[in-house]
Amino acid sequence: MIELRDVHKSFGKVEVLKGITASVAKSEVVCIIGPSGSGKSTILRCINGLESYDRGEISVEGARVDSNDRSIVAIRTRVSMVFQRFNLFPHRTALENVIEGPLYVKKEPREQAIARGRALLAQVGLADKAEVHPPKLSGGQQQRVAIARALAMQPKAILFDEPTSALDPELVGEVLSVMRKLADDGMTMVVVTHEMGFARDVADRVLFIDGGVIVEQGAAKSVLNQPQHPRTQDFLRRVLHPL
Amino acid sequence: MQKFFHDAVEFVPILLQGVWLTIVVTVGSLLLSTVLGLVWALMRVSGIGILVGLSAALINVIRGIPIIVLLFYIYFVMPDFGIALSALQAAVIGLGIAYSAYQAENFRAGIEAIDKGQIEAAQTIGMGWWLTMRRVVLPQAVRIILPPYGNIMIMMLKDSSQASTITVAELALQGKLIASSTFKNTSVFTLVALMYLTMSIPLILLVRHFENKANRK
Repeated sequence: MIELRDVHKSFGKVEVLKGITASVAKSEVVCIIGPSGSGKSTILRCINGLESYDRGEISVEGARVDSNDRSIVAIRTRVSMVFQRFNLFPHRTALENVIEGPLYVKKEPREQAIARGRALLAQVGLADKAEVHPPKLSGGQQQRVAIARALAMQPKAILFDEPTSALDPELVGEVLSVMRKLADDGMTMVVVTHEMGFARDVADRVLFIDGGVIVEQGAAKSVLNQPQHPRTQDFLRRVLHPL
Repeated sequence: MQKFFHDAVEFVPILLQGVWLTIVVTVGSLLLSTVLGLVWALMRVSGIGILVGLSAALINVIRGIPIIVLLFYIYFVMPDFGIALSALQAAVIGLGIAYSAYQAENFRAGIEAIDKGQIEAAQTIGMGWWLTMRRVVLPQAVRIILPPYGNIMIMMLKDSSQASTITVAELALQGKLIASSTFKNTSVFTLVALMYLTMSIPLILLVRHFENKANRK
């Protein structure tokens, strides 16, 4: 469903992606792990055109991703994104955040958008927070609203860019459990994360990225439990046993 | 003091005609400068090279020319090119253009203060540039823009007196005319100053209100 073929990307003179080739099938959950600065987030941002790429090709359901072309708007309505820092619209309530896309991009009738928006907020456990503005919500609640906002576009896939990294530890679980439910419902997901437990339990596949290349990939449990490459082993040791 | 009140009773009705024109010039040029300033600012943040350059050049040219020269140019030079305007029209257009540069810089600062993540979030739900501006960026930028906007309003009110140089009989010119025919300089110009102050005070309170509102959030 999402295909990357030999994708290269530089910021100035620094090449952050050095030929990434990967694919994500429908209903698959792929976790991307790796040290910070390895290019994990850049991959996600290239997939929905927040960044352009220099060489290679990315396609979503056969449509080429080109951040400078009008077609990117259609691709973005099919591939939603959830950010590390939530990026909710602070001047709108939780419900308004969720229905913004359906109302103004998809031009759905207001009543229909509101009804579905409320259902989505209920699905992420925030039915009672519909009229609250994001700054009054906890980080975990904000991220769940952001997931509802992404779902409101009825996307074929959702990209998660370190969705729990900005959260207090005790709030991580509520977000991960919403994500796990999505995975169980068959949502196609690409998740950049440092939550190895989530990757092991929920992901179908794990990509380990370091220095702009895929160092190792495979079934989640085998990569995380029996990493083959020394860099993967080293990374996992430092993440799982920081002391 | 008694003499002053006596003069006041005599002159205030004439000066009020000037007040009316002062308000017309101020409100007219405020509207024009807001629209133009918003256009310059949106061009500036459009990310389209030619629009960015054009807007930057325009703003600098406008900023680099004194308001009085701009007014002279529009009122006295444009007729040579077949564009003859009334003094009032020329004043509104001249002040409107002159202030559009300051408005544009204020709007741009407000727009650029909005977190990039907001724009990305809007993009990822499929919003285009204009929809992102209208629904996400501008509503948030308003809170940042309003306090300086209020200050610009006060400056415009006072600078509307420059319209007197192209024969618009607004408050300052009205005062000058009365003073030069009656020689009651003290009474007349005191009245003129008090009238400007009276018009400024509501604006000053408005700015304070905007600032409080901006700080609360």
